This record gives sequence, C-alpha cells and structure tokens, in this order.
Amino acid sequence: MSAALAENRNGPGPAMRRRLSGFVRTLRDASFAAGQAETGDAARVITSPLADRPERLREALKALFATSRAEAERFDEIFDAFWLGRGAKRAARLQTSGGTAGADRRFGAGPGGGETRSPEPLSAPGDGEAQGRGRERGASTYDALSKKDFAKLTGDSERAEAHALAERLARVMRARLTRRERARAKGRRVDLRTTIRRSVARGGEPIDLKFRQRKAKPLRLVALLDASGSMELYVSVFTRFLHAVSQTFRESEAYLFHTRLAHVSSALRERHPQRALDRLSLMAAGVGGGTKIGDCLTEFNRVHAKRVLRSRTCVLIFSDGYDTGEPERLAAAMRELRRRCRRIVWLDPLTGRDGFQPIARGLIAAMPFVDLFAPAHDLNSLAALEPYLARL
Amino acid sequence: MTNAIPREAIATRLAEVGYVADRELATALWMMDYLKRPLLIEGEAGVGKTEVAKALAAVHGAELIRMQCYEGLDASSSLYEWNYQRQLIAIKAREFSGETAEVIEAHIFSEHYLLERPLLAAIRREKPPVLLIDEVDRADEEFEAFLLELLSDFQVTIPEFGTVKAVSIPRVVLTSNGTRELSDALRRRCLYHYLDFPEVDREAAILINRQPGLDAAFALQIARMVAGLRKEELRKTPGVAESLDWAATLAGLGVNDLNAAPELVHATLIAMLKTREDRARVTPQVTARLAGRAA
Repeated sequence: MSAALAENRNGPGPAMRRRLSGFVRTLRDASFAAGQAETGDAARVITSPLADRPERLREALKALFATSRAEAERFDEIFDAFWLGRGAKRAARLQTSGGTAGADRRFGAGPGGGETRSPEPLSAPGDGEAQGRGRERGASTYDALSKKDFAKLTGDSERAEAHALAERLARVMRARLTRRERARAKGRRVDLRTTIRRSVARGGEPIDLKFRQRKAKPLRLVALLDASGSMELYVSVFTRFLHAVSQTFRESEAYLFHTRLAHVSSALRERHPQRALDRLSLMAAGVGGGTKIGDCLTEFNRVHAKRVLRSRTCVLIFSDGYDTGEPERLAAAMRELRRRCRRIVWLDPLTGRDGFQPIARGLIAAMPFVDLFAPAHDLNSLAALEPYLARL
Repeated sequence: MTNAIPREAIATRLAEVGYVADRELATALWMMDYLKRPLLIEGEAGVGKTEVAKALAAVHGAELIRMQCYEGLDASSSLYEWNYQRQLIAIKAREFSGETAEVIEAHIFSEHYLLERPLLAAIRREKPPVLLIDEVDRADEEFEAFLLELLSDFQVTIPEFGTVKAVSIPRVVLTSNGTRELSDALRRRCLYHYLDFPEVDREAAILINRQPGLDAAFALQIARMVAGLRKEELRKTPGVAESLDWAATLAGLGVNDLNAAPELVHATLIAMLKTREDRARVTPQVTARLAGRAA
C-alpha cells in the first residue's frame, strides 16, 4: 500500500482516487456519515506525509471520518479490512450491524417487533398519513380507542391505530410543553439593548425597563420500560409512544429492562417506526425469566445516571412492579434515583383494571420514592400525564 | 499556521510543555493544522480534555481564549455586546453639544463601545489564538447552530457595525462530556477524538512530567493504584488532576512506597475520593488490597 501511496505524492492519481471513493462507500455502508467535504479532505490527507505509514493514515482518517466514540471504535477494523485486507469477514459483519435496513429486517421476533407488524405499511412519522387517518375516522373512533385497555386491542388494524394515536399524543405533548415554558418564563436581568431602543421614544431617557427572559431549561425525559413477560401486551404500544417521544424531544433517553438493562435511545432515534422497533428488538434480545427491577435500576444509577440525569429531569418508569429480585435492593436503587432527578413517575398498566390493588412486591418497595403513581392502560391515561409534566 | 509541524514534533513539543499525548491525539492535532478544521474532543470528566487546548496554545506560543458553555449562553455573552453604560453616558454628555442624531449614533456605535466576547476576540487577533469551546454539550441547540455558522465562515455580522471578517483563523478545540447528544452537523464539521483515561504507563509519565523529582517506580505504583481505583464502582471516577494531587500529597509527606505507610495512603485518598459514598466504599481493606496489587 505504501508504494501505491508514495507514487501519488503530487495529488492522488486516478487509481488512488477510485480506491478512496471505494473506501468512502464502504464507510457509508457501515452507516458513517461521510460527505463530500470529508472525502475531499481525505484526498488531501492521502497525499500528505501521514500516508507514508498505514497506522498513521488510519489514525488520521479516523479523526476525520469518525464522529462518535462508537464509530471511532469500529473504524480500525473497517480500515484494516479495506486497505490491508485483514479480518475482512469480521469487518463485513460489523458493517451490517451498523443498522442497514435490509439486514435488520430479518429479525422481527422479540418484544414489540413481531407484534407491531401490521398488514398495511406503517407510515413514517411526519408524512401526514398517521395524523390524517385519525381525523378521518372521526371523534367516535378516537374516543372508543382512547379508553380501550391496550391488552384488549383486537386485530392488527386496531392495534396500528392505537400506535398511531400514541405517537400523535407524544407530538402534541411536546408542542404544549414548550409553549407553557415560554409563557412562564420571568425576566431577571434588565435587557439594556431593548431598553435603549425603547428609550428613543422618550427622548433618550430609559424610562421603560425591559427585562430579559431566561428560557426555562427544557424538560428532559428519561424512560425506563419494563419488557418482561408480564408486560408483553403493553410493550408494543409503549415503545411506539417512546419512539415518538424520542423523535420530538431531543432531550430524552430511553432504556429497556427485564433481567438486564439496555440503552435503546439510539434505536428509537431511527426515524422509521418499524425499523426503530426492529433495531430495538435486536438490542433487547435475550429475554430471560423474571424481572430484576432492582438490579436494573442499580445498574442505571451506576452507569448512566451520571450522564443523563439533570436537575430538570423526569424519570418515567413503565412497569407492573412484578419483581423477582430482592425488594430491599429495589428500594435502595429507588432512593438513590430519587435523589438525582426532579420527579419519578411510575406508570402501571394494571392499575386501570377493576379491583386493582397495588400488591406487587416491587410496587410496595418502590412506592415511597415515587412522586406520581398513575395508570397507563389506555391512551387517555397517557394523555393525562401532560398537565403533570407541564408543571415541572 | 501555514507550516504544519510534523506529527512526532507535536508529541515532543506537547511533552515539553507538560502534556503527555497518545499517538492518536498527536495525529489529530497535526490534522487540525493541515486541514484547518476544529477538533472535537469527547471523554469523561477528568481525562484532561481542557488540558489539550492549554498545551496546544503553549506549543504554538499562542494566546488561549476560553469560552465556557452553559445553558442559556447566547450571542451577546459569547460574541459581542455594546457597552450600554458608556453609550448612555456618551448620549447624555453630548445632549447639548448641538451634534446631529446621526453623528451621535455613528459615534456610540463605533469600535470604542464594542465589548469583545470570546468568539469575536478569537477571530480578531493578528496571531491565530487557540479557541477553547469548553463543554459545548451544555449550551443550547440554538447556540450550537450559531457556532456552526461561525466555524464554517469565520465571519460575524454586527448589524450596527458591519461584517467582521477573521483576521486570522483560530485553532478551535471543542470539548464535550456527552451530557447531551451533539448535532450531526457539528460533529461532521469537526475532527473527532475520544479521550480515555490514560493507560498506566502514560499516567506514570504524566505524573513524572508534572511532579519533577518523583521516583519513576513510585509513579508507576501510583498510576497502577489509580487505575485500580477507577475500576471500583465509584460515583465520581478520579481524573488525572486528582491523581496529580494525590501524587503531590504523597511526595510532600515523604512517602515513596504505597505499602510502607498504609494508614497515610488511606488518609490521603481524600484527594481522590470526593463523595461520602465513595469514601465509605473504599475501606482501609480495599486500599490495602489495591496498594498490594499496585506494588
């Protein structure tokens, strides 16, 4: 390789340029966002003294093409496979795991993934079909559906409709929450720029003081979704709801847990809902028996809390509270979590059932640390969350 | 800026100013000059992200202009602001001078009344400075978009004043702790380097570099002990600054073997463990175990 590079010291030759564009294509297949500007700069790097040795070129191109830690970690193998023909098989596998649609489609079974597949193609968010459909059917369908227990949804079309409504709900929530924030903001400092501008009307005397409004910190949502067997009927609607939340609130993080905790924010940021759910089911693979809420929350506190929790953070836990771990462990984890965020909301899909009593061991252990315990068995109960969140 | 310093030279010169860089970072810094792109450094708190910019400024003998980002940071506190108090006095002083409004206006919106904030300062220097945009993830999304515009054009428009073009292009270093996902556009604009906690050898080298007179074998012991501590489940993982403090403390107390004075070693860990829980978690037994392994 170095010989081929050395002869091209005065600008990359056509052969080299072809090879480079091949490499850029390989990177794109591995879901790197390599654009024109990067390719142009890469051509410059290849003619620089750095290209004399492969390791240096690798370091240089890594700094150029990688845009996150995960990409930086994958880069070396892709580079070695392409330029040095090393470990080509492993790199090929890495490329497909990067999230190309075709490869992921094959895996569908898992929580959420299999269930949400419907005969008609689900619309991508924002293309209007989902919103339109809800409106067409009129208020009665909406009313009936919004009060129906998620577990009692029958048929693919009804389920698809509930999914679309859940998604719409998340969008509306976002719009209202932001508006309220602005109306509530109060001035703290005198805004001299505006004050002086206004003073012109008073002959240069700053009589009307204008204040600068400090924008409220955006509300950050951190969702922890219980994906254990007992929650099976609800997981698909909740993931759909969370998908829309992640799309609209940029300040949001999502986690899935059963016997272990999985960080799924990146999967939910995928725009197309079906693709997002497919990636999600891959990430959540390995559902074992039982739910270890305490262990998962401890893990969350230890690894993720430092990064994702801030003062204006609301933690949403979607769970029925059936915990196979130690209740003491759960209580300790909840106490720790309570100290580090603004509010903890526990959403239990079983609460809506007649004759419900909070007797699940996990619920009893967690209850003292929960700010709001609310039902989440139908769309109305999800919508009821909004006024609560708006007050935070 | 025109002549990029070779990569090895950068590493050596960084070491001369007290920063022990790994190879990848040296390459990234070389590319910054070669491609004239900003460098985004990510990593946990305490890995020495800010130090990179300081060392870079020292290497080039350039001024370091630092901008700390925070929530609510806006153009007036990052770019420029008019000195309103002085403007008001100037208007008052000229009230009966008989000058026309246009003359007064031209006067009070002149350079004289302009307060430079870090971003404007960075593009108006004769000699290219190092601009450190610290913890960019703490600023709002709007600010990120604004920053992106500045980083691609290196010019600023002040409505009352006109367009200010960059006199020299600064070397820009951005750091992020990852508290918020940065936009793809900003990531793509920058070169990227993930900074991890230094490996044991490099940490020992840093300790020796910063703490002259520290015994090499002892520095290695400290570095191993710190690496062991970082593997414990702590709420606040000790950074490089903490291990430097600790090394200085031990050296000041005349300790030169971790296993020789276990009580002193345990007591001085307050330089490293900064929450009550972490302090409680690392019992004298844990300290002894870690120290034993480090020897």
